[in-house]
Amino acid sequence: MKEAIMVKVEKLNKSFGDLHVLKDIDMTVREREVVCLIGASGSGKSTLLRCLNFLEIKNSGKIFIGGEQIEEHTHDLNQIRAKVGMVFQHFHLFPHMTVIENIMEAPVHVKKIPKDQAYEEAKELLAKVGLSDKANVYPGKLSGGQKQRVAIARSLAMKPEVMLFDEPTSALDPELVGEVLVTMKKLAQEGMTMIVVTHEMGFAREVADSVIYMHDGRIVEVGHPDQLFHTPTQKRTKDFLDSVL
Amino acid sequence: MDWFNKLIDTYPVFLKGMLLTFELTVVAIMIGIIIGLFFAFLKISKINILVWLSDAYIFLVRGTPLIVQIFVFYYGLTSLNMSQFMAVVLGLAFHNGAYIAEIFRGSIQSIDHGQMEAGRSLGMSVSLTYRRIILPQALRRAMPPLGNQFIIALKDSSLAAFIGMYELFNVATTFGSNTFDYLTYLLIVAVYYLVLVFLISLLARYAENRLAISD
Ligand SMILES: Nc1ncnc2c1ncn2[C@@H]1O[C@H](COP(=O)(O)OP(=O)(O)OP(=O)(O)O)[C@@H](O)[C@H]1O
Ligand SMILES: [Mg+2]
Repeated sequence: MKEAIMVKVEKLNKSFGDLHVLKDIDMTVREREVVCLIGASGSGKSTLLRCLNFLEIKNSGKIFIGGEQIEEHTHDLNQIRAKVGMVFQHFHLFPHMTVIENIMEAPVHVKKIPKDQAYEEAKELLAKVGLSDKANVYPGKLSGGQKQRVAIARSLAMKPEVMLFDEPTSALDPELVGEVLVTMKKLAQEGMTMIVVTHEMGFAREVADSVIYMHDGRIVEVGHPDQLFHTPTQKRTKDFLDSVL
Repeated sequence: MDWFNKLIDTYPVFLKGMLLTFELTVVAIMIGIIIGLFFAFLKISKINILVWLSDAYIFLVRGTPLIVQIFVFYYGLTSLNMSQFMAVVLGLAFHNGAYIAEIFRGSIQSIDHGQMEAGRSLGMSVSLTYRRIILPQALRRAMPPLGNQFIIALKDSSLAAFIGMYELFNVATTFGSNTFDYLTYLLIVAVYYLVLVFLISLLARYAENRLAISD
């Protein structure tokens, strides 16, 4: 039985001035699915994620989240964003708050959850990302891998329906990449719906249900990782894979 | 020793002047901070007319002497029937507001744009993100230049003497002209100013450190 559709995009177009960055993007992501987005620099991967979280506003097309079509001018985008978690390449933790305050911030001030309840939930999330001992530390004292795990916990604290990751390990020293990928795998196993922009082909192979290859603002090929990585049907996909593998 | 004896003899009068100088400055800076925040946000708004308004205000303040601004409030706007205290405070606040606006604008814009994006991505509104995320960080960065501005304002408050307020400077020149011994009393008043400036520097450093626990 197929899962319900979590994210659906139809004929999405996005331009910055004269620069046409996303061209007629169609995509469907089902509940519990992990989708990896790959493609060369400048192909529009980040812009696509940012459109899904409404940090960028599309020019045309339709976006459905959890079966509901989202209209920028009629929906409360703050509410939508709370349902769509986002993890950034450069973490963007709040440096003036401790780790646990970072995680509690949005639940307390957006969802208005009582502080002690938010605290308990934040503790659980910290345990989940393996950082229980860092609750009262400021982000400046953490390694990159630890920062990214806190950022994941902070995002999870809003209990999002889908999580977007924009190159979550690209800013990390190689020896710190593993701990973040482990955390993400765990999330995937728990059934979180995830869209991940990544250069980690190993992760994509192991965890993704499908891989999307983007080139120059278009989706060139979509497939199961075994198929897409080994027998790409498009020449451009093959050329890209040859260049990165 | 004569100088020191005069310092001791006159301290009740000078302390009174010092208190007035301090009050003028503190109230003016507090109003200046509100004015400064307001105009900083106008400038950040990127809405043409608001940016223009903010630029015009800063141009006006920078382009005219403070003493003219104070006189406008006291002698110019007589219909408002302002007290001396009010006129000096408003003149100083109007003046410092422009510099404080630039301080806040700079410190707010120095905060990485990713902070706003992170806040928004968690479902926080723009205003909530400013209040909880951007401003606390910006305020800490604004602390050293704000402390500096406070010190400038303190020294500028001596212009209140020119509309007849008995703040520190006026106390000194009054003693000077009564005794024909300006130098002694100018050196005495210098000590009071130095003490005040020193205390403000300490206060600013303390505030900065309090806000700096994060890094
Ligand atoms: N805010 C913006 N204003 C103008 N142009 C932009 C903006 N954001 C992105 N672009 C442009 O859009 C194109 C796609 O950018 P995007 O960041 O989506 O690419 P990407 O696939 O994520 O690349 P990378 O792998 O380098 O992160 C690029 O040419 C980029 O310069
Ligand atoms: Mg990108």
